Amino acid sequence: MKNGSCVEVRLPSELGFEKVALSTAASMASLMGFSNDRVEDLKTAVAEACINAIEHGNQLDDSLSVGVMLSTTDDGLEVRVMDDGLGVGEAPAAPDMDRKMMGEEDPRGMGMFLIQALVDEAEWHKGPPGRSFVRLVIRLDKENK
Amino acid sequence: MQAATKVTERTATAASGSGVTILAFAGDIASTSKDAIMEAYHGLGPSADKVLLDFSGVDYINSSGIAIIIQMLLEASKSGQRSVGIFGLTPHFNKVFTMVGVAKYATMSADEAAALAGL
Repeated sequence: MKNGSCVEVRLPSELGFEKVALSTAASMASLMGFSNDRVEDLKTAVAEACINAIEHGNQLDDSLSVGVMLSTTDDGLEVRVMDDGLGVGEAPAAPDMDRKMMGEEDPRGMGMFLIQALVDEAEWHKGPPGRSFVRLVIRLDKENK
Repeated sequence: MQAATKVTERTATAASGSGVTILAFAGDIASTSKDAIMEAYHGLGPSADKVLLDFSGVDYINSSGIAIIIQMLLEASKSGQRSVGIFGLTPHFNKVFTMVGVAKYATMSADEAAALAGL
């Protein structure tokens, strides 16, 4: 696959459509030669990014869509997930299972943590409506490490 | 757009000879699964003190789905009378469940035989 190859998917703001994005990301990563383990990591990270965009960014507004841009680079695959929300700019805190089991922390709220844990780079960018995005990268040189 | 979650209840016998209730999931485990999963859990009788969750028929799990499992573990822990184990996760989701800390509160086994052997 050529460096700079790009695929764009637009998703309705309805939960479940994240699976369209994760399937597309998985196909591209497989074509690039990523191992199954890394493809599975990417699938979960892309799904969580899309769920956040659908649920929190676009607040399930069916008049808005989530943009997913997948681009090959020299050494990896970059995924940008864009929505119409204000975005988030802070690094996610790791979930505290003990606090969740004490009822002191919402059982949810693990998506950003999983994204950061499963890909090689994860950045959240704040912006005006339509310009907020999360950028994920998985790198071929991290294979088997 | 989510594939419906199907929950099937069955019983098995642990290596120790005690009865075990198995809740077998199929389809997606996501936010839309909450009613199916929690209704099945709440429908268990008081004698179901050992419960195993079978994920071998699950295609897709996301963080909202994991949160439902955490909610179940929280209820089991509060009851003080019920243990919950997990088996049948793919290696990837076994890693994800471990990452978020679920393994600290539920025994995780590769398959049903291993899960029953540990009870």
